[in-house]
Parts: sequence; structure tokens; C-alpha cells
Amino acid sequence: MKISRAEVEHIANLARLELAEDEIEQLQTDLSQILEYVDQLNEVDTTGVLPTAHVVAQEDVLRQDVARQSLSTEEVLANAPETEEGYFRVHAVLPKGER
Amino acid sequence: MTLHRLTIHEAHDLLRERRISAVELTESVLSQIDRHDEEIKAYITVTPEVALEQARRADELISAGEARPLTGIPVAIKDNMCTRGVPTTCGSRMLENFVPPYSATVVGRLYDEGAVLVGKANMDEFAMGSSTEYSAFFPTHNPWDASRVPGGSSGGAAAAVAANETLFALGSDTGGSIRQPAALCGVTGLKPTYGRVSRYGLIAFASSLDQIGPLTKDVRDCALVMNALAFHDPQDSTSASKSTPDYTSYLTDDLTGVVVGVPTEYFATGLDSGVEERVRDAIAKLAELGAEIREISMPHEQYVVATYFLTSWAEASANLARYDGVKYGLFAPDAQDIGEAQSKARGRGFGREVKRRIMLGTYALSSGYYDAYYLNAQKVRTLVKEDFDRAFAEGVDVVVGPTSPIVAFGIGELVDDPLEMYLSDLYTIPANLAGLPCISIPCGFHEGLPVGFQIMGRPFAEGTVLTVAYAFEQSTDFHLQRPSIGT
Repeated sequence: MKISRAEVEHIANLARLELAEDEIEQLQTDLSQILEYVDQLNEVDTTGVLPTAHVVAQEDVLRQDVARQSLSTEEVLANAPETEEGYFRVHAVLPKGER
Repeated sequence: MTLHRLTIHEAHDLLRERRISAVELTESVLSQIDRHDEEIKAYITVTPEVALEQARRADELISAGEARPLTGIPVAIKDNMCTRGVPTTCGSRMLENFVPPYSATVVGRLYDEGAVLVGKANMDEFAMGSSTEYSAFFPTHNPWDASRVPGGSSGGAAAAVAANETLFALGSDTGGSIRQPAALCGVTGLKPTYGRVSRYGLIAFASSLDQIGPLTKDVRDCALVMNALAFHDPQDSTSASKSTPDYTSYLTDDLTGVVVGVPTEYFATGLDSGVEERVRDAIAKLAELGAEIREISMPHEQYVVATYFLTSWAEASANLARYDGVKYGLFAPDAQDIGEAQSKARGRGFGREVKRRIMLGTYALSSGYYDAYYLNAQKVRTLVKEDFDRAFAEGVDVVVGPTSPIVAFGIGELVDDPLEMYLSDLYTIPANLAGLPCISIPCGFHEGLPVGFQIMGRPFAEGTVLTVAYAFEQSTDFHLQRPSIGT
């Protein structure tokens, strides 16, 4: 099964990845080849088998709801590309016509 | 003096006896980096100022009679572990300018022990790769033959230890990323039991598989570093609260009564015959040392790579969703809205291997495919784990085999064949899927390049794994051999 160009573009949109023209073509080939490889898992009989999410059984981990020292606003913002008045700055969420 | 050649335990003895100082030891390592790292490229960032300051403080601790086993010992840390105030790039353009405001728990612990940070080690971008060629900055070269890869993704860490550009290193292992480069560079590398070492401050790749562990020059050093790394961390909810033994107490050379399982499936097609010979010799050596060798079967071995693909990629695509160009990372000033800004920042910040895995993971988790791909892989993961449970229930103490089916390959040789490169992880993946402790130690050479021998144990039986590794190591001299560049 060859992955179509439209499928690659759809997945790239879900993953918020801008791809160059040559990347789209390369990914069509790579994804097809690799997905074909993983299809071998379909031959395994997994009837009645429970999925493993975590290998080491853990109880729920809780802690007392007590305030603790955390990072300062300055430290939290220090790596942000754009900030304004103590906040992260982001692009507009709504498209122009809907603002 | 050639202090950079010392192991941790040798250096510790000399430091405690005041025959050398931590500053002298650190300077020796820094000058080894100066001499050779232009060729090896093990480090993304070298930190001489931090190192010398920490070394001076270590000397004060030693003078005050407070030397601990890692006090004054130089360490390289893989660049996916946060180091407060020191850039942490994860081998990616996305985090090229990221300076963490806090340190990973394990980094803080090493600092508390008085260890000396000499630099941040190169790696495949976001730890995705088996050769360190997917670093966004430059490939690392194998100290045994600079035209070859050091393995990956902790390739910088392994190369630095092999070239004596540090005394030890911390790496991370999701599908073999500590053990495979340790094997290809001829050093010792341990992936602990899932949950044994805190992951807080480790930049996440696949959260149900990732573990931090040591890369060292010998097994005793590995035990010493594990003594510092293994403890319960309330900051990581998967961190085990089980108590930790003194791992050095397991370093004995008697294997009488130890049952060693050898899976038939680990010696199938694809295994280089030169590698197989060295590994068979190593198994014979274990028998000589008193171990009982038992042939066993791991019927689901053929499915581990596919299971690992789906598990790790799905988890990676979710973990890497945080790189949205807002809190850190790249920014796209030319975008019209937030969706476009995210797409542009991510398109520019991630390299092709990371994009490939995000795409595959997103595909496997997308509507209509989740059950067929991700959920099914988690079921097969249960079957892989049960193969090990069965062997251990039947009395097997450790499961052994080759770490990598091949010795170090040429730089550029597999980089355009992703599937072929992925398949070279087939022996290291099971320990991640089943969460088991697993060490790789040197067991000889093939065509002048190191071969790795892998030893897996029951969950939290790092001690048994170290016993078998130590007994083998002490009866051989492979761990004492260093590439000429390391001298």
C-alpha cells in the first residue's frame, strides 16, 4: 500500500509540520516502506492479551496538596522567543476575518 | 601524567590519598578534549569554567575528608539532560539556544556527589537514531576508526569515554541508545530497570521506554555510578520506591549456580559471523566461571522491532507536541496565525529523522488506526515481556547475547536507509519493551573494532547483571584496551 500525497499532507497537518516539496515525496516512500514492515504484527494472535502501557506496576502516586517553591516568572520566560509584560506572546488564534 | 586514562575507582583512590587533585584531573581531561575532540566531535558544548570551579570545590571537600566515590570525577552528560545554566540542545536546532532554568534530578545528584561537568555530549536529534549522524550539528566519529560511527543515540557519550575525553558519562536508552554505542566504542553501558533512575529533567522521547544510565570504562565504575543514580525521586511518578543495595557488593568473580539463558533467536540471520564468534566465546567463558548455560527460546523476538517502532513513535509524536515555538524553541515571525506559526517553527526546527518519526507516530495514533497499530503493538509488547517472565520463572537468572549484530559501520553507510538502520537495534529493544536491566560490556574485537556482549536480568536485579559482567570482565582484558587516540 503506497501512502498518497494527500495522506502525507493530512498527517503533516495533524502534526503541525510544514514540509518542503522533496520531504513530502520522500515521506511517501519512507512511510509506505515502514508501515509495510510493521504490518507483520497482524500475524500475531493477540486474542485475550492485555496491552502493556507501563512495564513496572505502579500504584497511583499522590502527594500532599501543599504549595512548593517553583520557578520565577523570569526563569520561566527566559527561553521564550517572544514575551510581553510577563506573558508568553503567541500569534493570533482566530483567522483575520473572525477576530 | 596521563590522568585522563584513569577509571573512577583509580582516580578516587589517588584523590583520597591526596596524590592528585581534582583540578589536575580535570585539566588533564580538558586537555585531552582540546587535543582530540576536533576529530572525534563527542561534545556539543565543553564547559571548562564550570568544570574548574566544581573541581576546586571538590578539592575542598576532599581536604575536609568528605570525598565520596564521585567527588572530583569528570563526567560528560548527554545533551538531553537539563543542566541549569548550561545549554541543553537535545541535538536539535529546535533547542539550539535553550538554557534550562533547572537541572535534571540525576544531574543535581552528581553535583551533590562532587562530580565535575566537563561537557554536554553529542547525540542523534531527540535521541532518535543509532549512529549520532542525525545530530543537527555534526556527526561524532568512532575513536577506534574515525571513518566510522560511534553508534547512537548516546554516541558522543560513548566516544568521549572511549577516547578518555571524560572518566564517565550519562546516557539515555529508549531502544538501545546506551548499550549499542557502548558496544561499538568498546566501553561499558548499563540501562537500568525502568523506574530505577529518575527521568525528571530528561527531555522525553518515549516515556514508557526511556531510562538514564551510566557509560563507564569498567564494571566497577558502572556500579559506583549506579550507587549515585538509583534512588526514589518524588518528582518522577514512575520512579521506583524500592530500596537500593550497594551495587559494588555484587562485584564477585564466582558464577557458581548462576543460570545463563541463551535465546536461539538471538543467533539468527543478520548476525555478523565475526560478532557471533566473539559472543559464543564469551558464553563459553561464563561456563568456565561456573555458570550453567541453558538454551532458551524467545518466540516473539522477531516482532520486537515492529513493536518498538509503533510504541516509540506514537509516544514521541505526543511528547514532541510541546515544541510549539511559544515557551522555548524557534519562532516564526512570518506566520499569519498560531497554526501556521507552529507548523513553520516545527518544520524548520526538526530534522528529517525526527519528522519521519513524528509522522509515523501521528499516523499510528490517528483516527481509525489507533487500534490496529498502537493498541495492537501494546498487546504484542505483553507477549514479548511474557517470553522473559517465562524464562525467569524457569530459573534463568540472566539472558545473554550480542548487543549489536554488527560492528561499527561507516559514516554515511546506512544514513539513507532508515529501515536497515532501525533493524540493527533488534537485540537491544527487548530490554526496553520488558523494562529489564541490561548491560553491554566489551567481549573482543572483529576486524579491529569492538564487539559488545549483552546481559539482561530480572526487574531490579541490576546486582546480578553486574556480578556476571564483572566476573567476565575480570577474567578478560578487553576493557583495558583503548583506541590509540585515547592514550
